[in-house]
Amino acid sequence: MAHLFSLPPISSRAGRVWHRNLVVFVRTWKVNFFPPLVDALLYLFAIGLGIGTYIKEVDGVPYINFIAPAILAISVMNSAFFECTYGSYVRMYYQKSFDAMIATPLSIEDVIAGELLWGATRSVLYVAIMLPVLVAFSVISLPLSLLALPLAFLGGLMFAAIAMCFTAITPGIDTLNYPMFLFITPMMLFSGTFFPLSLLPEAFQYIALALLPLTHIVAIMRMFTLPALSWIILLHLAWIAAVTIIFCVISINLMKKRLIV
Amino acid sequence: MQYRVLPLHNMRIFIHSRTNHWISGSNPVNVIIEAQNLRKNFGDLVAVDGIAFSVKKGEVFGFLGPNGAGKTTTMKMIASVSPRTSGVLQVFGMDPDVQPAEIKQHLGVVPQETNLDPDFTCFGNLFTYSGYFDIPAQTAQKRSDELLEFVQLQEKRDVEVEKLSGGMKRRLILARALVNNPDLLILDEPTIGLDPQARHLIWEKLKTLQAQGNTIVLTTHYLDEAARLCDRLVIMDQGEILVEGAPADLVKLHVGEEIVEVEKSAEVLSCLAGHNIPYEVTGDTVQIATDSSREIAKILLDCCQPKKMLTRPATLEDVFLKLTGRTLRD
Repeated sequence: MAHLFSLPPISSRAGRVWHRNLVVFVRTWKVNFFPPLVDALLYLFAIGLGIGTYIKEVDGVPYINFIAPAILAISVMNSAFFECTYGSYVRMYYQKSFDAMIATPLSIEDVIAGELLWGATRSVLYVAIMLPVLVAFSVISLPLSLLALPLAFLGGLMFAAIAMCFTAITPGIDTLNYPMFLFITPMMLFSGTFFPLSLLPEAFQYIALALLPLTHIVAIMRMFTLPALSWIILLHLAWIAAVTIIFCVISINLMKKRLIV
Repeated sequence: MQYRVLPLHNMRIFIHSRTNHWISGSNPVNVIIEAQNLRKNFGDLVAVDGIAFSVKKGEVFGFLGPNGAGKTTTMKMIASVSPRTSGVLQVFGMDPDVQPAEIKQHLGVVPQETNLDPDFTCFGNLFTYSGYFDIPAQTAQKRSDELLEFVQLQEKRDVEVEKLSGGMKRRLILARALVNNPDLLILDEPTIGLDPQARHLIWEKLKTLQAQGNTIVLTTHYLDEAARLCDRLVIMDQGEILVEGAPADLVKLHVGEEIVEVEKSAEVLSCLAGHNIPYEVTGDTVQIATDSSREIAKILLDCCQPKKMLTRPATLEDVFLKLTGRTLRD
């Protein structure tokens, strides 16, 4: 157990792994650019305009403005989580890229750290593409909504690290479906995304706050986009920071355990 | 099956004393790899069982052995990606447990499995890989193009690696192993699954590299390849080194100059036994290792009524099968 929490040595070479993924992303930009755009539009039309015609306001906020930050938060979660589960697993297992990398001065810690940073970057890029769409529909306010970008990085890093833990212990690519259905989907529905957390039974509210990372991202994101800042943001940030640090450490150690034999 | 009794034990002591001589030699700079009592366990399985060897600068050193002998594990320990369980291991005088990045900066590795980056072209693979060694972009660009030419892939420069044939991929991997101008090349079955043309090209390139003073450590299942390339080699089995030496010396010492092969028959067998000639039976063939095939052939022809008979020079394969047996390994 002890080795799971030991601080992994990481060098600046992690940036090389991050850079490799960025180059591939840019090389295939056409594939990567449109999903966020389409994603944003789909949510806005289906939920905002569709369901929104029945639900005019939530807590005095137009429904579409209420869900706009949730759309961003869910994207932060999905893009980092997909990247560091399926993406990293494919690079690790099918492409053997990690093996090729650790034959160079890169250590396995550098490689995984680079992957995590890249997962977080994916979230930032995704949000960066969605923001103009949401601004165009004037469902989020400027300039405070620009803080969604640094938040995307922090939240992305958290979800990347959690995802990497699953990648480190999954027996095969098929079993990565479990965290998707049992962790990501419930979170997408019950984290104060499409309806306020306060509608949940009180016990569930506490569970959501304690165990569902997305709850905190949605809460902060909503403070930025409405905007409605409050000091509670510090609690949310502290929760995210703690979980991020813990899971970054655990995920790197788990991956080392899996790959270095 | 009948073997001549082999002074195996003495042989190993002899090897060890030679090895030690190099290690404690007056010029330690010339020792690239030194291993003593090197051991690797995977749980209860002993993969490498306390081996000792040393590789000098400029040498081509081979690891042979059946599957599961511990060759790849040894390669991975040298390549500083798999930590040893115990024993001494030094590469360039450094400990892989302590300074892996410093060692790996000067290594070129050709792994058994093809692990080129499918998201890049041939050039992209070399260029990106150069980045992992912190090679400046301009140098990397120039070097990548030179290497593509070296392995004769310049025409495939901008082709995605997925579209390459197996032989081209192996050549590209060899080129990739050279991006950092390594002082030591580690090749784990470099010509696995290649056609004769591609194998010969790889051999030629390895010879060129050796001529340039590179040190090369390789494993292979192709014994003709080992005989052709290696200055010295070890034959491993079940995690241990059985013998070490120059290919030709090993053949001479363990088998002899030549092999006489005769079709198996009751007459031949009893006749050989009657003349006190040691032999080995494999399938339908009787093999007699000898330093004088003429003599053996004469006895056979005169007394044993052989049906078919041929004489051939003894090879490393004969040594290999003699030492590691003919039982299949998985």
